[in-house]
Amino acid sequence: MSTPAETNALVQVRDLKVHFPIRKGLLRRQVGAVRAVDGVSFDIFKGETLGLVGESGCGKSTTGLAILRLLNMTSGQVTFDGQDISAFPESRMRAMRRHMMMIFQDPYSSLNPRMTVNSIIVEPLNVFQIGTPAERAERVRELMELVGLNPAFVNRYPHEFSGGQRQRIGIARALATNPSFIVGDEPISALDVSIQAQVVNLLSDLKRKLGLTYLFIAHDLSMVRYISDRVAVMYLGRVVELSNRNTVFDHPAHPYTRALLSAVPIANPKRERVRQRIILEGDVPSPANPPSGCRFHPRCAFATAECSTVDPPLRNLATSGAESHWVACHYAERFIQEEVSAPDTIA
Amino acid sequence: MTHLLEVKDLSVTFRSDGAVIRAVNGISYTMDEGESIAIVGESGSGKSVGVLAVMGLIPTPPGRIESGAVLFDGRNLLELSEEEMRKVRGAEIAMVFQDPMTSLNPVLPIGLQLTEAIQTHQNVSKAAAQARAVEMLHLVGLPNAAERIRDFPFQFSGGQRQRIMIAMALTCNPRLLIADEPTTALDVTIQAQIVELTRELQSKLGMAIIWISHNLGLVAGVVERVIVMYSGFIVEEAPVDDLYERPLHPYTLGLLHAIPHVDARNQERLASIEGLPPDLRRPISGCPFAPRCPYRITQCDTLPPLVEAGPGRRSACWRWEELQGVTIFGEPL
Ligand SMILES: Nc1ncnc2c1ncn2[C@@H]1O[C@H](COP(=O)(O)OP(=O)(O)O)[C@@H](O)[C@H]1O
Ligand SMILES: Nc1ncnc2c1ncn2[C@@H]1O[C@H](COP(=O)(O)OP(=O)(O)O)[C@@H](O)[C@H]1O
Ligand code: SF4
Ligand SMILES: [Mg+2]
Ligand SMILES: [Mg+2]
Repeated sequence: MSTPAETNALVQVRDLKVHFPIRKGLLRRQVGAVRAVDGVSFDIFKGETLGLVGESGCGKSTTGLAILRLLNMTSGQVTFDGQDISAFPESRMRAMRRHMMMIFQDPYSSLNPRMTVNSIIVEPLNVFQIGTPAERAERVRELMELVGLNPAFVNRYPHEFSGGQRQRIGIARALATNPSFIVGDEPISALDVSIQAQVVNLLSDLKRKLGLTYLFIAHDLSMVRYISDRVAVMYLGRVVELSNRNTVFDHPAHPYTRALLSAVPIANPKRERVRQRIILEGDVPSPANPPSGCRFHPRCAFATAECSTVDPPLRNLATSGAESHWVACHYAERFIQEEVSAPDTIA
Repeated sequence: MTHLLEVKDLSVTFRSDGAVIRAVNGISYTMDEGESIAIVGESGSGKSVGVLAVMGLIPTPPGRIESGAVLFDGRNLLELSEEEMRKVRGAEIAMVFQDPMTSLNPVLPIGLQLTEAIQTHQNVSKAAAQARAVEMLHLVGLPNAAERIRDFPFQFSGGQRQRIMIAMALTCNPRLLIADEPTTALDVTIQAQIVELTRELQSKLGMAIIWISHNLGLVAGVVERVIVMYSGFIVEEAPVDDLYERPLHPYTLGLLHAIPHVDARNQERLASIEGLPPDLRRPISGCPFAPRCPYRITQCDTLPPLVEAGPGRRSACWRWEELQGVTIFGEPL
């Protein structure tokens, strides 16, 4: 498979596969595998936010976890800051981990309810043995201020905070060791709209201030457009489209991307009424038994006989010199000509 | 003319840990036969409690209806016995919840559950009820309905379960369907399917719909009129086009600006409403939005009444008239 190779990458993912065995019977014999991630390649450039979108079950979380090696990969390669970490023994990996952190979706269950804010945030500093006790205490104060929490609340428990504030605690904890790379796995999905904007703005500010690089996983495409520099669209264990955000949002070339975008409601009743929508039929098929050919073909309105037999490779549509636009569809050239579902665009 | 539904000065509280939670504070609204309205607001704003009171489903205790009336076709539902109310539920007013698993029995095949629901309200034979069940499942677009009625809830996807719930709710041709965030837990693609289905069903069957959502974006294309709630109060009500074009309450304005637009090319920083909604355990004296409102003045220490603000519109902001020209949340009046 061709791979999107670009320069200046902090993270390089090459043909990553994560298969979960399906076992049956008394002997727990393996009878199959859930191919959650099945040959994914992309780069994350230094200082950028790469948005990763797709319906649930497409393998977004598994990709994020495998990149951080919080989950064993079946095959493939992940390079971090020039080092191939896929082969690192756990002892070497431990030292890497302080540079790469994760923020989780659910601010209610991802924080230990019996730990104070202080013990939650200081934990990574203890684990990586960073600083003296006094320096750690000072760092916790500093981090709380950085994420907009009152340091006076350092001895409170998670339940005493709102969802948005708990997400800030999770962010402070993730930043404690001064990492350069953060995977946010749907960090705002569980929050109310008015609070989502607060957290997204905070993440953007932190990125600028601290020179961070993000992999931002989300199913809310509109938010992804705000926060991302480039966007990768996943379907059933594969990346089906990858380009800079305006290309993906304004000139999507994969029918799946087009359908996803068209499903996003627009907060404008007049436009919403005249909008031509592509309604995707059915659900995402099981990754234990992915469709032949193009995995999207059973739900694709444009599928041909070729689509049901030949697996389209991820290929770059951009002419030389232009920014790359990776698409895995046999007919991508045809779709890229057409305008997107939204009849007009906010300038 | 009597309205299909008239909620008058409804207040609901909950008692927990010695505190009184003021979940719904004197809300009033009406809706007519065949109309579709949305109730929007962030979580905890009293959307569910408000409609659960209409359905007679507030657990008492800890809940208590402090005041008000719920007139359905002129009849005050709050005065009915549980027995009478059971007849209204399902037959006249039906509800679909966010999590279908809370209302489906996990150990019974879905066909049986539907058939039972039909036979509770209609005097029909088992065979007729079964036929009707299959017909309803077809209507809501469940593939292979005739074969799948023997399947259990866990054998369906989230979107399919929600379709089954809608079928269940519609079995007795209710005049009012209340959909309480039926798509919140679903992917956008499945959400779009359910929205489309609901629209189709409404035009086919003509029932009135209350669509509850925390997402102002979602309801834009779904309903005719929108009610915005904040901390148990109705703060604004307007025909759908007017609300999005000219919100007349700072909270609505803020919410609209905090929504990211999927088609916004030059996105800037999202506007955000700083701060948090008030703690409902403390009595609210002034405008409930005042602590987060950039337009707050001394007058806002007094609770602003929900007043008429133009044709078909209401706003609970002292400064609604001045807000008419404002297009950006926080911009000076
Ligand atoms: N530990 C696991 N064992 C078996 N299957 C799993 C495991 N984790 C995830 N999966 C499956 O892998 C697929 C991808 O899951 P996930 O990465 O969580 O998707 P997403 O984050 O896009 O919703 C799903 O079908 C899921 O059920
Ligand atoms: N059974 C209950 N016991 C105690 N408090 C409740 C109960 N149900 C709802 N509440 C409270 O009532 C308020 C309004 O809740 P709800 O109507 O569910 O909000 P929404 O649907 O807008 O998210 C919340 O503060 C909630 O905690
Ligand atoms: S009444 Fe005052 S505080 Fe409340 S919304 Fe209007 S201006 Fe803001
Ligand atoms: Mg996930
Ligand atoms: Mg609710």
